[in-house]
Amino acid sequence: MAETVLELDDLTVRFHLRRGDLTAVDGVSFAIGRSETFGLVGESGSGKSVTARAIMRLIPDPPGEIARGRVLFEGGNVLDKSDAEMRALRGRRIAMVFQEPMSALNPVFTVCDQISDALRTNLGLGKQEARERVVELLSLVGIPSPRRRLDSYVHEFSGGMRQRVMLAMALSCSPSFLIADEPTTALDVTIQATILELITSMIERFGMSLLFITHNLGVVAHSCDKVGVMYASHIVELASKRAIFASPQHPYTRGLLASIPRLDASASYLTPIAGSVCNMMSPPTGCKFHPRCTHAMDVCRSEVPRLKEVAPGHLAACHLHDRGS
Amino acid sequence: MTDTLLEAKALTKHFTLHGDIYAKLAGEKRQVLKAVDGIDFEIRRGETLGLVGESGCGKSTTARLVTRLVEPTSGAVRLKGEDLLAFSPTQLKQARKAIQLVFQDPYSSLNPRKTIMHILSRPMEIHGLAQSWSEKRSRVLDLLQRVGLGIEHIDRYPHEFSGGQRQRIAIARALSVDPELVIGDEPVSALDVSIQAQILNLFRRLQEELGLTYLFIAHDLSVIRHISDRVAVMYVGKIVETGPAGLLFEEPLHPYTKALLAAVPEADPDKPRPRLTLKGEVSTPIDPPPGCRLCGRCPRETAICAEVAPPLVDVGAGRQVACHNL
Repeated sequence: MAETVLELDDLTVRFHLRRGDLTAVDGVSFAIGRSETFGLVGESGSGKSVTARAIMRLIPDPPGEIARGRVLFEGGNVLDKSDAEMRALRGRRIAMVFQEPMSALNPVFTVCDQISDALRTNLGLGKQEARERVVELLSLVGIPSPRRRLDSYVHEFSGGMRQRVMLAMALSCSPSFLIADEPTTALDVTIQATILELITSMIERFGMSLLFITHNLGVVAHSCDKVGVMYASHIVELASKRAIFASPQHPYTRGLLASIPRLDASASYLTPIAGSVCNMMSPPTGCKFHPRCTHAMDVCRSEVPRLKEVAPGHLAACHLHDRGS
Repeated sequence: MTDTLLEAKALTKHFTLHGDIYAKLAGEKRQVLKAVDGIDFEIRRGETLGLVGESGCGKSTTARLVTRLVEPTSGAVRLKGEDLLAFSPTQLKQARKAIQLVFQDPYSSLNPRKTIMHILSRPMEIHGLAQSWSEKRSRVLDLLQRVGLGIEHIDRYPHEFSGGQRQRIAIARALSVDPELVIGDEPVSALDVSIQAQILNLFRRLQEELGLTYLFIAHDLSVIRHISDRVAVMYVGKIVETGPAGLLFEEPLHPYTKALLAAVPEADPDKPRPRLTLKGEVSTPIDPPPGCRLCGRCPRETAICAEVAPPLVDVGAGRQVACHNL
């Protein structure tokens, strides 16, 4: 494997709420190599976005707290850094693209103001210099006649164009690591295709590593090298994209894949996963998936399964795989 | 024809936009947003018509037009052969018993202050389907069971349910007046994929058990492929292609349908990468030019496309396409 850029080790994030404690991310470990794209998939509330925010140290504390674990970025633990060191890291080394550009961008500043703000603070560019750089960035992400759009406000752009502006802002300080949190979820399918293509080409062009967060397995199938599947705060399966789709090992991953209606075949009924996601305030004991799992055994109700290798480079957290060992 | 349940003919809805005060003072002509611009379709008894398109193409306005929640600018809607637009308020109430809606967001479509019993029995009261309390209660229990909920849920409030369960309640409410046509306006879009599959199965099972007819609106092509017998593809206020679901998805004819299908990322790494085969972005429905709406984006464009809007014509095998250059 290529040199590791980001490594999460036993990351655990807890929120102290009035109703009690909620563990949103529980013992998450994975590593992302240089120029690698890693897809983190899961349904709403599984802890994907909290994981991403913890990497950037954007968890509001209180009520949130990174209870355990390490986030190693280029060797150093992000969690040990001072606020000043974090400011130097965010934007410049690690950048983030969010799902909803309308709420992630500021509606009262022009596009040029927002992007050049980052350039001037992080890179110390002058006003004119920054303006010229913004023109370059906007044309890089495919905004037509960028010089004319410089002084436009966010509401004057369409959804796809806003996401391009977000990407331009993320790329502005040439980060080596990009976190994209559901960047295409709010977009129509044709716009999604162009934004995915754009992200892929930017990643290749700048040799960045990518953490791609999505609930859409279709998007993962076409834009990631490795995939981690999250369910109720745990990573339940971790493998190369090919292995996840060709031979999913965790019942949850299998269930997810079977739930998706297909474009190329029609069956009268789908195979859904029974029940619904557990209440994270009072999660079930043992494996959190056991109330919905068709293979649940006694051990699943009492013991939390550890993530272990079931095939070379293929990890799954399921007691079904204990028997062999 | 006896087996046509609902028919729309040249159905049109134009919204006149109120420009800003300067435009008004300058005496500029008001802009017109052509949300739905002369569409024809029919839904046969017992089938599912899937209506698919990107945001802003007029799918939801169509749902509101055929229920007369929005008054059409022109055109006709016929329910079992009768003109819905000519109905008196009393007749309309009767008609609405036959057509029920399920909305996208089960959080905003259920009244948070009412119990499930109230939510499900109120439509029965309005349409005089149940008189006594015990009759209503037993009907409500029936409904809950039908949609996979239990007797213990009857006196709870919507906030006590998950998104998937709420959508089950919304479906039960639609069924409470024994409708013939159920219109689902993106009914599974807000749900996670494992729950979405449950609700899609529920729609399918209810159709088999009750002989329902569906108008199913969604932007997700694989959902439409799964649930529909026939599909209509909309683009900026027009239907560009209709046909049996299998044929339309296997061999799309209209350039827009092709582009839409090519852009879907399928959950299979061996399938081709999603890509956009059209130029630019979705055109605006505000004062659109006279020709084909896909003008300026289409790879097959010729001179006539900019001048004449192509009509939806039969191309055999139950398919219709609106394109000059097939």
